[in-house]
Amino acid sequence: MFDKPDVVLHCEKIDKIYPGTKALDGVSFDLLKGKVNVLIGENGAGKSTLMKMIAGIEQPSSGKMYMGGEEVYFKDTTAAREKGIGIIHQELSLFPNLTVYQNIYMNHEQKKGLFLDDKVHVAGAEKILKRLEHEIPTDTLVGDLRVGQQQMVEIARNLIQDDLKVLIMDEPTSSLSAAEVKVLFKIMRELMADGISIVYISHRLEEIMEIGDHVTVLRDGKYVADADVKDIELSWIVENMVGKNTQYHRFERTIDLKKAEKILEIKGLTLPKKGGGYLLDNVNMHLKKGEVLGIYGLLGAGRSELFECLMGMHPEHTGEVIYKGEKLQIKSISDQIKNGFAIVPEDRQRQGLIQTLDICKNTSIASMKKYVKGLFLDTKAEEKAVDAQIQDIHIKVADKKLPILSLSGGNQQKVVIGKGILTDPTILLLDEPSRGIDIGAKTEVFEIIHDYAERGLSIIVISSELKEIMAIADRIYILSNGKCTGELNDDEITEDALVRASYAGLGTGAHS
Amino acid sequence: MKTKKMNSNQMLMTLLKGRTFIVLILLVIFFSVVKDNFLDPSTMTMIAKHVALYGILALGMTFVIITGGIDLSVGSVVGLIGMLAGGLIQEGLTLKFAGVTLYFSVPVIVILMLLFGALIGLVNGLIITKLNVAPFIATLGTMYVCRGLANLRSGGATFPDIAGYEGLGNVGFKTLGSNIASIPAGVYVFAVLAVLAVILLKKMPFGWHVLGVGGNEKSARLSGIKADKIKILVYIISGLCAAWVGMINTAQLSAAHPASGDGWEMNAIAATVLGGTSMAGGSGTILGTVVGAFVIGVINDGMTMCGVSEFWQKVIRGLVIILAVVIDQTQRNLQAKMALQARNENK
Repeated sequence: MFDKPDVVLHCEKIDKIYPGTKALDGVSFDLLKGKVNVLIGENGAGKSTLMKMIAGIEQPSSGKMYMGGEEVYFKDTTAAREKGIGIIHQELSLFPNLTVYQNIYMNHEQKKGLFLDDKVHVAGAEKILKRLEHEIPTDTLVGDLRVGQQQMVEIARNLIQDDLKVLIMDEPTSSLSAAEVKVLFKIMRELMADGISIVYISHRLEEIMEIGDHVTVLRDGKYVADADVKDIELSWIVENMVGKNTQYHRFERTIDLKKAEKILEIKGLTLPKKGGGYLLDNVNMHLKKGEVLGIYGLLGAGRSELFECLMGMHPEHTGEVIYKGEKLQIKSISDQIKNGFAIVPEDRQRQGLIQTLDICKNTSIASMKKYVKGLFLDTKAEEKAVDAQIQDIHIKVADKKLPILSLSGGNQQKVVIGKGILTDPTILLLDEPSRGIDIGAKTEVFEIIHDYAERGLSIIVISSELKEIMAIADRIYILSNGKCTGELNDDEITEDALVRASYAGLGTGAHS
Repeated sequence: MKTKKMNSNQMLMTLLKGRTFIVLILLVIFFSVVKDNFLDPSTMTMIAKHVALYGILALGMTFVIITGGIDLSVGSVVGLIGMLAGGLIQEGLTLKFAGVTLYFSVPVIVILMLLFGALIGLVNGLIITKLNVAPFIATLGTMYVCRGLANLRSGGATFPDIAGYEGLGNVGFKTLGSNIASIPAGVYVFAVLAVLAVILLKKMPFGWHVLGVGGNEKSARLSGIKADKIKILVYIISGLCAAWVGMINTAQLSAAHPASGDGWEMNAIAATVLGGTSMAGGSGTILGTVVGAFVIGVINDGMTMCGVSEFWQKVIRGLVIILAVVIDQTQRNLQAKMALQARNENK
C-alpha cells in the first residue's frame, strides 16, 4: 500500500486537533523523492503543523504516515530521526550558551570509550561548516554569532546525520543574506543529488519559483491544490492561497475623506533590529481624520512594531511623527495615552485583559484617572461611564461585576476595544481585532469600527485576513519586511495587489 | 586609541574571569596579616573541614542551578541523613514484627544513606517534572518535610554515641570525620566528588545535556533530549551530595543533631553563585564552585577568628553575595559588548 517508488513519505488523511481549533483537517501529502517539495499557505494554514507531525515533534490526532510501503509512527523527534528525517525549525532552536561544535553535535555526541571525543566533534563541525562555506571558529559561543551564522549552524546540525533522507526546512532563509541564500540553494541541490528529499516552506514566492520542484497549497488546515512548479505561475499560487470563500460587505462611508484633514503623518520611521537589519525601514504614511486605515502584511513585516513605535514602546526609533500639525516627541506609553493614542493589542489574553479583574474594572482601567475624586475612586462615575460604553458597543453582559473570562472571545474583545475608547482617544490603533473570534462577533467588531470612524475617530487597523481588511479599510498600506511596499485606495484594493505588495519587500537580498 | 580600549577591555575580562580566585587570595592575605595564626596547619585543617561540607553540597547545587533549578532541601537532608545514620549505629533497626533489631556494618550504612539521599533527590525531581511544581516551591516543601522527619526520628533529641560497638561490628563511622595523613577525610571525599563532577559535566554527554536543558529547554527537547530525565538526575546528584555531607558532618561532630545543616543550602547556593554559575541556568563550572566554596569557608572562619560577631558576619556574607552577582552581570555585559565588537570588525 502506498508504495510508490518516487514517494519517500506519504501522509494519509492527517487530522490535528488542538483545544478549540482544527489545525489540520484530513490532509494527504506525498513527499517526493529527491525533489524540493514546497508547502505554501497563509499564516495559520497548517504548514508548520504538518511538518511537526512528520518530524515527530507532535503526533497526529488521526491519520497515518507511510514510508517505503510501511506504516510509521513517530512518538518523538528521536523516532523520526532514526528514519532519517531532520528538521530546520522556523524559530532557531539552538543553545546560545554552548559552542558551535557542541550545538552541532548535541544529542549526537561522539564518544571515545565513556567520554566525549571533542577532536571528532571539532573536526566534524569544521568539515560541515566548510561545506556550507561558513568557516566559523567552532569554539565560538553560538549566542555571539550573527543570526545568519546561527541559521547556518542550525542547518549544519542536520547535515551531520549520516542517513539523512528527508530534510524539512521551515522558512530557512528568513534571516539569511542574498549570498547566504545562494550557498543554501547550492547545498540543497547537492543534497538532492545525494537522493535527499527536501520539504521547503517559505514566504518568498520568487524563491519558490527558483528552487522548488513541486508545490502543495494549504488553506485553513486543508489541502487545496498541488502542481509542478514548471506548470504554474505566481498568480496560481496567490489564487489558491487566498481562496474565494467568505465575503464581507464593504462599509459605505458618509464622510468625504478627500476633504478631511491629515491628523497624523509619519515620515521616515525607522526601527533597527537587534543583530542587524531593520524592523521598520523608512516608513512613510499618513492618516486622515475619521479614516479607517488598514495595514496589511505578513507575519514579521513590522506591523505590530509600527504600533509599538506610535505608542512609545520603542523610544529608540528615528524619523518624524507629525500629529495635528505639530512634531511629536514620543517618549512613553503614558504620554502617548495623554496625547490621545489608544491601542487594542494583538494578544487579547496576555496584553489586552487582566484576567483576575471583573468586566467593569477591565473596561475602566486605562481611564481610571478620570474617575478620581480627591484621593478616592468615584465608583459611581466609573460605573456610569462603563455602563454607557457597554451599551454603546453592545457588549452582551448580564452583570458587569462578573469575571472577564465568563465572556465569549468576541465580547472580551469588545471590552478591550471599549477600554481603548473610554480613554477618549483621537487615534485608535487596532492590532488584529478579529483574531480568534467567531464570524458573528467579527461583523459586530467591524460595525463598531465603522461606527466610531463615522463619528470622527481616526482608526488604524492591522489585519492579516485579506477579506476583512478589504471590507473595513478606506485605504490600505502594505508592509513587507519593514518597508512600506504599497498604498491602495478604493478601487485599487484587490486581493492580487495586496498579496503581491506583501511579498515585494522580501527580495532575496535581505540586506538591500 | 581603539586598540588601547580593546586591550584594556581584554585585561578587565581576564581579571573578571579569575575574580573568585583573586578574591580568595586577597582574603587569605588579609586574614593572615590580621591574624598571626591564620596560616597555621591547624587553622587550615579546620577551614578545609568546613569547606568540604559546603563544597560537596555546592557540587550538587551547581548541576541543579545549571539546569535553571534550585535545591533548597539540601540543608535539611544533611540533618535527616545524620539522624538516620546516627540512629542506625546507636539503636539499630528494630523490626517489630520479627522481634529483632538489626545492626549494619558501616559500609552498608554508607550505601543505605546514599540511596536515601538519592531517593529524596528523586522525589524532588519527580515533583518538579511530573507534577510541574516550581523547583523553589518543591524543594522548599521537601526542606520542611526532611527537617521535620529529622526531629521526629528522635523526638528532637541528639544521638550522642556514634562510635559503634565492637561486638555489633559497626565501628568505624567516625573515620569519616577524622584526619587521614593530617587531612580531614571529608576533604578526600570532596576532592574525589569534585573530579567526578568535572568528568560528568565536561567529558560526558550528560554534561552537554545538562547545559543544553539549562540554556534552552525547548531546543533540548527538539533535539530529542529527555529534559525531564536530565532534571530528575541533577536532583538525585544533589541528594547524593547532601547524603555525603550528612554523614561527614555527623562523624565530625561525633554525634547526630536534628538541627544539623540548618541554612547550609544558602552556603551552597552562595558558593555556586560566587563560582560564576548563572542562576538563569545554562552556564557554570565545577572549578568555579570549588573556589567559591573556599571563599565562603575562608570568610566564615576568618571572621570568626577575628572575633567579628555572628550578626556582622551575616551582613558581610550577604553583601559579598550581592557584589558577586553584580560583578557577574558586568562580566556578561562586557562579554556581549566584546563579541559585538569582534563581529563588527570581522565584517
